[in-house]
Amino acid sequence: MSVTREMMKVMKLEELKPQIGKEVRVGDESVALFRLSNGEVRAVSNRCPHKNGPLAEGIVSGEFVFCPLHDWKISLTTGEVQKPDDGCIQTYETAVIDGYVYIGGLKEHEKHHSDR
Amino acid sequence: MSRRLVMIGNGMAGARCIEEIVRRDRDRYEITMIGDEPYPNYNRIMLSPVLQGKTTFDEITINDWDWYQSNNIHLLSQERAVEINRASKEVRTDRGTLVPYDELIIATGSSAFILPVPGHDLEGVVGFRTIEDTKMMLEAAKQYKKAVVIGGGLLGLEAARGLMNQGMEVHVVHLLPHLMEMQLDAAAAKLLQQDLEAQGMKFLMEKKTTEIYGEGRVQGLRFEDGTNVECDLVVMAVGIRPNAALARDAGLAVGRAIQVNDLMQTTDPSIYAVGECAEHRGIAYGLVAPLYEQGIVLADHLTGRPTEGYAGSVLSTQLKVAGCDLFSGGEIHADANTKAIVVQDEVAGSYKKILVRENRIVGVVLYGDVSDGTRLFSLLKKGSDIQEYTSASVLHKAGGDSGLDVASISAEETICGCNGVTKGRIVGAILENGLTTFDEVKAVTKAGGSCGKCRGMVEAILAHTLGDKFDASAQKAAGMCACTTLTRDEVVAAIREKGLQSPRETRIVLGFASEEGCSKCRPALNYYLRMLHPETYADDKASRYVNERMEGNMQKDGTFSVIPRMYGGTTTPEDLIRIGEVAKKYNVPLVKITGASRIGLYGVQKEDVPNVWEELEMRSGYAYSKSLRNVKSCVGSRFCRFGTQDSLGLGIRLEQEIEMVDTPHKMKMGVTGCPRNCAEVLTKDFGVVCVENGYQLYFGGNGGTEVRECDSLTTVATEDEVILLAKAYVQLYRETGIYGERTAPWVKRMGTDWVRQMLGNEQEIAGLANRFEHAKTTYREAWSAALEDEERLRMYTVERP
Repeated sequence: MSVTREMMKVMKLEELKPQIGKEVRVGDESVALFRLSNGEVRAVSNRCPHKNGPLAEGIVSGEFVFCPLHDWKISLTTGEVQKPDDGCIQTYETAVIDGYVYIGGLKEHEKHHSDR
Repeated sequence: MSRRLVMIGNGMAGARCIEEIVRRDRDRYEITMIGDEPYPNYNRIMLSPVLQGKTTFDEITINDWDWYQSNNIHLLSQERAVEINRASKEVRTDRGTLVPYDELIIATGSSAFILPVPGHDLEGVVGFRTIEDTKMMLEAAKQYKKAVVIGGGLLGLEAARGLMNQGMEVHVVHLLPHLMEMQLDAAAAKLLQQDLEAQGMKFLMEKKTTEIYGEGRVQGLRFEDGTNVECDLVVMAVGIRPNAALARDAGLAVGRAIQVNDLMQTTDPSIYAVGECAEHRGIAYGLVAPLYEQGIVLADHLTGRPTEGYAGSVLSTQLKVAGCDLFSGGEIHADANTKAIVVQDEVAGSYKKILVRENRIVGVVLYGDVSDGTRLFSLLKKGSDIQEYTSASVLHKAGGDSGLDVASISAEETICGCNGVTKGRIVGAILENGLTTFDEVKAVTKAGGSCGKCRGMVEAILAHTLGDKFDASAQKAAGMCACTTLTRDEVVAAIREKGLQSPRETRIVLGFASEEGCSKCRPALNYYLRMLHPETYADDKASRYVNERMEGNMQKDGTFSVIPRMYGGTTTPEDLIRIGEVAKKYNVPLVKITGASRIGLYGVQKEDVPNVWEELEMRSGYAYSKSLRNVKSCVGSRFCRFGTQDSLGLGIRLEQEIEMVDTPHKMKMGVTGCPRNCAEVLTKDFGVVCVENGYQLYFGGNGGTEVRECDSLTTVATEDEVILLAKAYVQLYRETGIYGERTAPWVKRMGTDWVRQMLGNEQEIAGLANRFEHAKTTYREAWSAALEDEERLRMYTVERP
């Protein structure tokens, strides 16, 4: 099913420090936003699938974040938890336009909910 | 107005020097850099791994374009300086730009030396020096099959290996009978050549190139003896030539390179030179470590800091070719006054040689097994007297071929001089207690527990005693994290020796699997770098675990705790009232006396944390940190009828003197007023028991994960001595502890006697305490510092678009 998704303007890129996560809240949805050391921006669900650890507070290395609670390593690109642990978190589209960071696919802005 | 500092060159040495200057004093100079390569500065020593396909161009950039911008450095790239006018103090570039300077640094580096033989300008002939050269070689490897590298030195062999990785057939042409003659002796060079031949590299030794022939593109080389070799790529790796023409034209003294004094100053006092273009005391260096050392001296000088000047460097080299491990440092060839100790194992293909003059190591050559390289090189650099080593024991290594030598030692002979442990005692302990590792032997016999110099011998005895049951792989401590096999000590030694300045640089230079590191090494490297460079290294918040980054413990639901400092567990009515008011205002769910005698506010929302700090108007209690948490005290002689001294006053003073400074792990201390020990100080990292005639000091205790009772250190007469020893002890732990290791396992690992010995020596104590005090001056109280820093305050906000 195709879903129409709008991009939501979140914050100035220059205020998003490399490798230091930022929590973004939209309704009851909590998103962890990151600027990687290569300059790219990523957004994932701010809850570790293990014990809901706030991923925005984790140590970022390359395109991975380490959950601050129990050190699970999670890909910020695919949302996949790295071995030896298992799981997957939601990832969100991001864009940088005119110096502002945008996130796409937030629930409140979807016209329809997909089945997933 | 700030002065104008101009640098000609944009390479590693130059950029490092500018980094150091900016770090010391951002505003002192208006900085311009002139560089002709169209890239930001990159790590030239990593071009070999790029050619070998192990890393990419992007990954070897040291400072990207943003770095110049954010440090206000004006970069003229792809512009070449062509003239220095000393009278008008201006640099002219090839585009006609005139750049005025007050201080000028020449960091033009060096160029690949191109043999002036006929045909050297044919297409397909290249040096190995720059990104352009490397790109050209990678392109050639796609189209052509046969390459010749002229020069069997370090760079030539790395280039040859790289071209082989790119699928080319490679001949190495060398003028002399053996390879890497600057770093290896004939025996080691022969082993190296054998190993490289086994990898498929071909050698044309003792060949002098007289001509490069071809039409348009190179087709082959002709040698003096009339023979020739066909090829379609020639890489010249015959040496480097310092770029000193600009300086020479400007009338500065130039020998092999631009001559400088110990402050890197040329014969014109406002012009300096660093790096490969500089000649210091007759030597122009071509390796990276000395260039970094020079940059640091110059930065100190230019920012008006005291510096002892540059005193020259002793060099060590390693070859970056898999399967050919070699290490070389200091002098290579014996002379009339040197004696050589050599251990060669032809079966294993390993070779070790040290050159000794007057009981001091002056040269090290290792091939095959280089794990002792760092240790031997540090003995060399320190100029340690090696007289106490028996025969070739200085070269011994666990599980090696040392059975015979060990067998020939009599049971009465002392192996560990520090603790007086004989071979017989060690063998007996191994057999009686079923010991299998060095650490176990150390724990039982104390052998190797003090200075550790006899470790190799102890391991050899283990190997000999256990025979087949000896497991060499169990001896070496595991790497500091999954990114590297290097241990904490090896990493810290490398940071010191190579003058590494940032975590990223450390990971790149030491070949970590991930350049970005992991959640284990990121905080650890951040700690080690700040410990080693207290003045110049800026704490990296992104490398801090959340609790330290946010200056508060994150609770499991993502809220934080706020625990203010209460020296010695004391507070005031005013503070208590304020704590109560703030807790009410911010609906703090839990207010509790903590285990460390303070009041904690638990469950504070992240966004409220800075407000809570501000309204409390109290200092951070560092309850989240790897540093001193608290000093637990009883009321002592001020109120207690048994109290012998003012334990409370001393506890407060101790807490004030030691707080804030990062340590490998958290530290807890205690001061108790009499031997009844109400403050329970015998399970603290550092404990003081007051007695009638003074203060008994204890260390290495733990009341947490694994309970350990303190060891006693000494008894001192005055409070001042307590403070002095506490500082020295904390600094000793800072300098030798593994990040994340409490003092209890640290003491076990290093040996109680070693700690006592270090803290029993007045000079050591003074040095340690001094370094601690110096480090402490670089720390500011965390909460007030964060409240003044907008960027840090932004870490506590949540975006609600």
